[in-house]
Amino acid sequence: MGLDIKWKELPVVQGRFLFYSAAAAVIFLLLLLRLWYLQVISYEDLQNRSVRNRTRVLSLDAPRGPIFDRNGTLLVDNRPAFKISVMRQEVEDHSLLFERLAPLLEVEVSELEERWQMGKRFPVYRPVPLAEDVSREIMERVQEYSVDLPGILTEVRPVRDYLEHGSAAHLIGYLGEITEKELQSGSFDQYRGGDFVGKTALERSFDSYLRGEKGERLVEVDVQGKLLRQLQVEPPRPGNKIYLTLDRELQRAADEAFGSQSGAAIALDVNSGEVLAMVSRPTFNPALFVKGIASDEWRALAQDSRHPLQNKVIGGQYPPGSTFKMVVALAALREGIAGPEHSVDCQGDFVVGGSRYRCWKKKGHGPTDLKKALSESCDVWFYQIGLELGIDKLSAAAKEFGLGAPVGYPLPGERSGLMPSQDWKHRRYGKPWYAGETVIASIGQGFVLATPMQLAVMMAAIANNGTLLKPQVIRQVEDWEGNLLLQSEREVVRQINYSPQAWKAVQDGLVAVVNTPRGTGQAAYLEDVIVAGKTGTSQVVRRKSDEEEELDEDGEIPYRFRPHALFVAYAPAEKPEIAIAVVVEHGQSGGRAAGPIAKKIIKRYMELKGNHPAGQEE
Amino acid sequence: MFDRRLVSNFDWVLLLTVLLLAGIGVANLYSATASWNPSATPLYLKQLLWLSGGVTIALIVCLFDYRHLEFFAVHFYWVSVGLLVYVLVLGKTSMGATRWINLGFFNLQPGEVIKIGMILLLARIFAKTANPFGFGLLELWKPALWLLLPVILILKEPDLGTAMMVIFIAASMLLFAGLKRGTIIGLTLIGALLSLVGWFGLHDYQRARIRTFMNPEADPLGSGYHIIQSKIAIGSGGFFGKGFIQGTQSQLSFLPERHTDFAFSVFAEEWGFTGSFVLLMLYLFLIVWGLYVARRAADRFGLFLAVGVTAMIFWHIVVNLGMVIGLLPVVGVPLPLFSYGGTSMVTTMIGVGLLMNVSMRRFMF
Repeated sequence: MGLDIKWKELPVVQGRFLFYSAAAAVIFLLLLLRLWYLQVISYEDLQNRSVRNRTRVLSLDAPRGPIFDRNGTLLVDNRPAFKISVMRQEVEDHSLLFERLAPLLEVEVSELEERWQMGKRFPVYRPVPLAEDVSREIMERVQEYSVDLPGILTEVRPVRDYLEHGSAAHLIGYLGEITEKELQSGSFDQYRGGDFVGKTALERSFDSYLRGEKGERLVEVDVQGKLLRQLQVEPPRPGNKIYLTLDRELQRAADEAFGSQSGAAIALDVNSGEVLAMVSRPTFNPALFVKGIASDEWRALAQDSRHPLQNKVIGGQYPPGSTFKMVVALAALREGIAGPEHSVDCQGDFVVGGSRYRCWKKKGHGPTDLKKALSESCDVWFYQIGLELGIDKLSAAAKEFGLGAPVGYPLPGERSGLMPSQDWKHRRYGKPWYAGETVIASIGQGFVLATPMQLAVMMAAIANNGTLLKPQVIRQVEDWEGNLLLQSEREVVRQINYSPQAWKAVQDGLVAVVNTPRGTGQAAYLEDVIVAGKTGTSQVVRRKSDEEEELDEDGEIPYRFRPHALFVAYAPAEKPEIAIAVVVEHGQSGGRAAGPIAKKIIKRYMELKGNHPAGQEE
Repeated sequence: MFDRRLVSNFDWVLLLTVLLLAGIGVANLYSATASWNPSATPLYLKQLLWLSGGVTIALIVCLFDYRHLEFFAVHFYWVSVGLLVYVLVLGKTSMGATRWINLGFFNLQPGEVIKIGMILLLARIFAKTANPFGFGLLELWKPALWLLLPVILILKEPDLGTAMMVIFIAASMLLFAGLKRGTIIGLTLIGALLSLVGWFGLHDYQRARIRTFMNPEADPLGSGYHIIQSKIAIGSGGFFGKGFIQGTQSQLSFLPERHTDFAFSVFAEEWGFTGSFVLLMLYLFLIVWGLYVARRAADRFGLFLAVGVTAMIFWHIVVNLGMVIGLLPVVGVPLPLFSYGGTSMVTTMIGVGLLMNVSMRRFMF
């Protein structure tokens, strides 16, 4: 025991107590320095990270702006849609998660897997959409099992609701998921992958007006991503309101009149150029696109030989046929080649350069003046006059009426049609122009092509004595405080000058088309209003006039070889208000197939005018 | 037989320090588990139960003269080793490692028992063999064998944290007993060599932890998650802390193991640098007081016993804190008196009882 004391009392051993205490203090000092570093020096950084750790910014999609017709009737609105997404960072075993989720969503696991893979292109904190626009029942089921579905988010977001379904779908357009290219273009800076943007027509051109501003929701979440409470909300600003020039009632009438045929119809206000109705057939339902269209549905639309996605009013180019004859007549009157009384003896054909060109009426019209030539659509009269006029003068006159070039439709997709000239042919084919080509161009065949929009614009200019108006589809854009952001003005493209007698001669001829016993357009006759119009039946396949037509076993021309049926019109003849162009693809006869459609539109127009007399502008 | 001096010499300072630390620990557990399911028995109540049990054990340990333990040290050691063998053969598997013996009310961890066993045995050995000149390397082969047997068994479980603790405790006691200069150099070289060899003997998850410790940001959602979240919790506490039950990291469950190994992170988040400083000072005081008890011990066995117990508490504190503040790899060592858990509480309180025992019998010869 004495030895114990001795050892313990040794200075070296006593020093060890001090050394151990000092060593402990030094090590604690190191710990404190580290704590100082974390809690004082790195405080700001770590504080930020802790805030980011527990808060999450959820973006709130803005409802797109609603679209109204000219009278304020809602055409396109928004409805709530339920969306299921997944937070990738919170999922440990996504195959297990998807196995549980797939039966709830009633989809295949592989589909979810595919979406998951696609989502990997984006930062980890961004939710990956798994199912768009699911039913309320599915959404409730997913929420019920949310405990077993870590990382799954259910969101409500506004989606487009097309109250008129496929009606005027080509004017309004559709939405689609934003592409990588669009994201990089810079004009979609508020958008992120997975967002929907306007892809065509109005939705695309006016996207910046319609998109609104996204809102933000700052929420506190726990480590499972479970939402604990909302910290701050910045509500989204809905997109602006767009008022179209369309009249929903007239649009419905036009839709109904067109039925299931292919083609296009357009009704313009003669005095303002405003589009009152616009039909392109077949149409599509833009609602198909709101959740991202299925690839087979897309293929069906894109590969349909009747081109449902094309707006045929502005994108369909057809030989105008006899609806082109007014331009020939007007040019001849101005050039003094033929007065209204100029008579041609139609024997049913016309020979130029060894080729024989037939009138549609094989036995001929006999002696024919301008009025008769228009009303009975005598081809020989126009063959002769056109030949005397020459293609270049004909072409120049037609171009004045807006043919051969875009007429200035404010939305994309307009095509220019074609108005040939000697120069054009030389440039295009390196070949000289032949007289026979002038002959067939005089009846709107051959190289001549026009869109229904061009024909309607032309018809409006004929109706209003030469004021060529730019077509308008947007009346105005308003924000939610009622401020006017944009208002369309009547735009005159040019004034076309003809003598009053020339206008009258042609206009009388057009009235006669519909209102005389031998007129080709009697199908458009209305009792209460005088309709002026012109039929057209244009051949689809270019063939020589004396070639035999091939018939199918029923003795009918196969659909794709049947001529297009056209009808252009305006009314009332004495004080024109509405101009119409109708093209029924492969409709065989302008008078019989297209005429009644124009008639029904005009009839409805007059009825509507009677219903709200005070509301009509002008 | 009962000596009045035992009461007058009772180490109130030690007991109060321990109770203060444990009290803060219980309050901290209250906060750490505040967002938990309220229907189950609250964890802080359970911890209070462990604490009172622990204090009772500490007082019981005070009752008999520690010098009797010198005689039983070897028996106790073999019982501990026996338990280690037992868990290896028949233990309850948990988290991929076999560490527990289920006693019904208590999961006995032989790894904890051996810490006390080792302290007792080494105290006995060093009490007998300590000399003014220090040990030479060759004199150490016997203690080395005593140490290596349980360490290898623990590593087999595998429980790297406990094995390290046992080695640290033994090393601290050995160093206190005194070593020749050459021995220190030799042991350092052997240690370095062993850790190099040991690296290849580690389990994948252990190696992952050490790699993660070197660069936690490389795998922020995997093995680096614990360290990153803990650092965010502590750092975002700032100087004054976020306030009691206001720690977002812990209340929103971003912090894993926040009631056990990472309990200090919760405390540091809610009480800031100020709170951390106070807590560390209390712990430092406990360590220095433990060494003071050793210095005043009546005999060499008591001295080494106190040094061993103090070393045990010290290394637990340092390794745990070093881990949660990102200075050491995550090895799963609890913070004494602070982390939730009966085993750690009982081991620590046995140690505290031994310290008090040595302290109150300092004048008894």
